[in-house]
Amino acid sequence: MKALRYSVLGLLTVLFVSPLVFMLVTSFKTRAEAVQTPPSWIPDAPTLQAYRLILDAAETPVFRWFGNSMIAATLNSILVVATSALAAYALARLEFRGRKIVMALIIATLFVPPVILVIPNYEVVNQLQWLDSLIAIIVPTAANAFGVFFLRQFFLQLPRELEESAFLDGANRLQVFWKVILPLSRPALATLALLAFLTNWNDFLWPVYVLFSPENQTLQAGLSTLQSANSVRYDLLMAGAVIASAPVLLLFVFAQRFVIEGVSRSGLKG
Amino acid sequence: MATVTPVKPPEKAVPPPVSANPMRDHPLTAWLFLAPYLVLFGGFVLLPIGLGLWMSLHSWDPRLPAKPFIGLENYADLIDPGSVSFDPFWNSMQATGIFTLFSVPLLIVVPLAVAVVMNERFPGRNLFRAVYFAPYVLGVAVVGVVWRFLLDANIGLVNHYLGVIGLSGNIPWLSSLPEAWVALVGVTVWWTLGFNAVIFLAGLQDIPREQYEAAELDGASTWQSFRNVTLPNLRPVTAFVLMITIIASANMFGQSFIMTNGAPGTETRTAIFEIANTGLREFAMGEAAAASWILTVLLIIASLGVFWFFREKEEGGRS
Repeated sequence: MKALRYSVLGLLTVLFVSPLVFMLVTSFKTRAEAVQTPPSWIPDAPTLQAYRLILDAAETPVFRWFGNSMIAATLNSILVVATSALAAYALARLEFRGRKIVMALIIATLFVPPVILVIPNYEVVNQLQWLDSLIAIIVPTAANAFGVFFLRQFFLQLPRELEESAFLDGANRLQVFWKVILPLSRPALATLALLAFLTNWNDFLWPVYVLFSPENQTLQAGLSTLQSANSVRYDLLMAGAVIASAPVLLLFVFAQRFVIEGVSRSGLKG
Repeated sequence: MATVTPVKPPEKAVPPPVSANPMRDHPLTAWLFLAPYLVLFGGFVLLPIGLGLWMSLHSWDPRLPAKPFIGLENYADLIDPGSVSFDPFWNSMQATGIFTLFSVPLLIVVPLAVAVVMNERFPGRNLFRAVYFAPYVLGVAVVGVVWRFLLDANIGLVNHYLGVIGLSGNIPWLSSLPEAWVALVGVTVWWTLGFNAVIFLAGLQDIPREQYEAAELDGASTWQSFRNVTLPNLRPVTAFVLMITIIASANMFGQSFIMTNGAPGTETRTAIFEIANTGLREFAMGEAAAASWILTVLLIIASLGVFWFFREKEEGGRS
């Protein structure tokens, strides 16, 4: 039984890891070796040529895309956490008319298929004159129903006594939120920040259509540009894929507990 | 699902009575906390839902000053077999349908099986869990580019190893049918299996141990306790996973955009791919908006249907 379990799990592990290893290996191959058969798992003459070729190419400035993706994902993540935390606190702790309606609206949009928003949001972004600029990647996607839902569940579990004693000491709502609630919620905030960063970093359809200039692409959208420019230069494509996956894989290695716990909790109250 | 109800404006502030309760807030406080989020939510979720409906009733080209109102003409075109919009749209709807039909069951059964295997304490468990989850943190563009390489008919690793074990070594994974569907569904399962498995695993861990012990005392086999304890307890989680998986599959875009680019012909061009192209490349945004409403309504009907079917069946199975 034990042997069976480990062989199944081991086989799955090979299936999951080997494509990524092969991506990495290929990115260090020469142009010819990348397409040679039979494929090799260790490059004959490891080279950084592929990276050198794509990092500063005029049509595919991968280095620039890396910066764009970093900026967009970081700012988006901050925006998501800040707006969701404020809203979630109001929905968890404050009594006001219309609370049920706001809550219902937010939960309903958890199940809204993204396709319904693409066309009209393009028009909204067009009216705001945000087309072909990073702000179009940062702001619209920050309206995140999951974040509010997730943080509200977390805030509801916090003991009220701490807030009450802060009120007796004369603090107002904002001070309580800032000094009592936020410090207690660090793990939940970190989880949401990570998930928002990952989602934004990996977003694909939206940047493909709202960004036009080569220098304004994000890495994910840029990968498809890179592919159309070099359809069988697999050395270049794998180097691009490595650059696009390294930050998120590293983040995942160091923070996998937060990411996995965030995802697993999303189903419990569904 | 997505009901467009305007957010209630804040009530006129009634001066709060002086009270011993320090927790009594000014009625506006809550709205101030909500304001930044509601601006985003209103501007990029609620407003666009309405705007999309409005656009679908117009001939809407963002490059032209005039956007004439044409009533239901966009919808009529999409459901009139004689119109030029009919074939591309319904072909793409069919592609989305095929993909959803094959990917959703796999993305329920396989992750559930993985979660069941992982639901016991054994050394290395968290490591395996992290490994299976890892592809999900990669974007669809990375996954698509890597698998297009691995599935390359001539030099790809997959065909190479199929050849090594004595099978046909030149399968056109990305350029003919049904191979392309196998590739697209398979890659999607590889990519998102870990995500669903993690949600199932959390659900499994919430099932009280006593229920399994009771089943064991009654002499239940492993399979019987899976059927009579695990499945009924997992019902809400399964419903949730089913729902988000249907929505995700019906919105499949990147895999086919990167791996097949719709090939062969436009057979694997999905609905959202077609809608984005019509609206954002050809700038027939009214027609594209109408198409996305048709897709959304069908999707709502389909998920309600599946949901209902699923619920009935589970209740029947419990007796």
